[in-house]
Amino acid sequence: MTETLRFALRGLAANKLRSALTTLGILIGVAAVIVLIAVGNGASVAVANSISALGTNVLTVSAQGGSRSGGKPLTLADTRALVDPLGAPDVAAATPVVSANNVSVTQADTNAAIRQFVGAEPAYLAATNGTLAQGVSFADADVAEARKVVVLGATTASTLFGAGTAVGKPVLVNNLPFTVVGVLAAKGGSGPGDPDDVAVAPLSTVQNMLTGYGGLSQILVTARAADVMAQAQAQVTAILDNRHGVTDPAKTDFRVSNPTQLLAARSAATETFTVLLAAVAAISLLVGGIGITNIMLVTVTERIREIGVRKALGAPSSAILGQFLTEATLLGLLGGGLGVAAGLAASGFTISGIKPVVSWPSVLLAFGVAAVIGLFFGSYPAHRAARMRPIEALRHD
Amino acid sequence: MTAIEVTGLRKVYGSGSTEVHALRGVDLAVEHGEYVAIVGASGSGKSTLLNVLGCLDVPTAGSYRLDGIEVATFSETQLALLRNRKIGFVFQSFNLIPRTSALSNVELPLIYAKMPRKARRARAMAALDLVGIGHRADHAPNQLSGGEQQRVAIARALVTAPTMVLADEPTGNLDSRNSADVLAVLDRLNAAGRTVVMITHEAEVAAHARRVVRVQDGLIVSDEVAGVPA
Repeated sequence: MTETLRFALRGLAANKLRSALTTLGILIGVAAVIVLIAVGNGASVAVANSISALGTNVLTVSAQGGSRSGGKPLTLADTRALVDPLGAPDVAAATPVVSANNVSVTQADTNAAIRQFVGAEPAYLAATNGTLAQGVSFADADVAEARKVVVLGATTASTLFGAGTAVGKPVLVNNLPFTVVGVLAAKGGSGPGDPDDVAVAPLSTVQNMLTGYGGLSQILVTARAADVMAQAQAQVTAILDNRHGVTDPAKTDFRVSNPTQLLAARSAATETFTVLLAAVAAISLLVGGIGITNIMLVTVTERIREIGVRKALGAPSSAILGQFLTEATLLGLLGGGLGVAAGLAASGFTISGIKPVVSWPSVLLAFGVAAVIGLFFGSYPAHRAARMRPIEALRHD
Repeated sequence: MTAIEVTGLRKVYGSGSTEVHALRGVDLAVEHGEYVAIVGASGSGKSTLLNVLGCLDVPTAGSYRLDGIEVATFSETQLALLRNRKIGFVFQSFNLIPRTSALSNVELPLIYAKMPRKARRARAMAALDLVGIGHRADHAPNQLSGGEQQRVAIARALVTAPTMVLADEPTGNLDSRNSADVLAVLDRLNAAGRTVVMITHEAEVAAHARRVVRVQDGLIVSDEVAGVPA
């Protein structure tokens, strides 16, 4: 056994460049599997994070269809109606939300386009799991008097103010002066749809300045607990159906979405994405395996005479088979090991906005497959070597 | 006991119109301890005979008994075992494994015989000393002269203490001084009781053997012991 290993190592060392290049093929395959699955995973985690940033006991009611198709907009009155201990015992609170997209915010010479500029009531922060890193939230009084105060998301604050203090500073929102009263703690998450790229101001202020007094963008409904979400959803639907005069559920003018449903849909999408990436990676691993077959065929052809000599000295076919299989497997293992190292190293970087999350089963699988690939793709050349007749092998030049 | 006993040995290559009769019915017996030279022109069938004797090739017809064992019925695996235990090969082109030290080359047959490492080392070293090349045990073949390589090959052939050493033109690639060295080693081996069967086409090389078998057109045409017909 140790001798077989020694022969195989000597065989690989005889042609270092060739062995290195073949190993590189496997290395790339294994590293690709690890990195691409980690990216897919990272995307799923980012989706899950951005959904849980909403809060897991929060239902989102949004308008659907618009007034053109005869639907009614969501109103402040709808919001108030949802908090009803009799009709909706599982609803704890409801917050109206209006939002404007890509609003320009300027501080001194720095300008930022905020992805989502939200107008809401103070309860909004609690409903969206927001916590303040600096300053305070706006209060009910600010909403009542439409004061021009704003709470910035972590990303927005750092874009505008860097590491400096933001609280108390004036900013221009679409050229209207606001005062920063608080900064939210970072929620994390990455890529498009950064949950920290936001600004929150009193509902009335945003309606005054930016969105006008049309319908609400959303109503955030907080359920009493995460496990009564379904009941709360049913109660909210019933109340709004009643208020909007909806009789046919197919022609409803609003939509109540539950983050768990959203999560399921989004995870399914990212899973498909991960499977696609894994398929691409698997193909590159397969190509690496064919590289092993190729190089082992060359090696066997080159060493036909040596095989003849070994057979003449009494090597049984099994010993020759073992020697070449071991060489091929070593190539696979070496490539696999280095590939794991390369894959783990590469997964440390953020790739196109996604922080890869290494999946350990995929690492084990990729390494195992690399080892088995050496064995599998090396077996044809090794069998060819073992089957050779000694006299023909010896005569070969 | 007879080391080699061949009767009615035939070997045909190809078939139909391309049929070549390399051996046409050879009878030969070699006793233990003999030193036999098989001579003949190229194409006479002497190499085919040696390959059959070395269990590298199987005859088309006839019987071959090695140490009293009928070889014809053996499987490929059994033949490998037989080559390992009973036959030591010396080739014209040395055929050492490249990039592998002289000692490791000599150890090779013992590895296939599954001998433990320590015993193997000692025996390989003794074999190298016997052919006078023990001081170069850790040199790779490309660091050795032709004569030295052939002596390593002889050490490899005799390290398993085989029934016979088969040498195929052992001096064919060597100059006269190295040839003399290698032949001296073979002479010494035979003097120590080892059976040696050697193929050559040079008369002065054949003269080292006590018995000379001449092959022509696939048949033995003369068989003389020290100049006297056997």
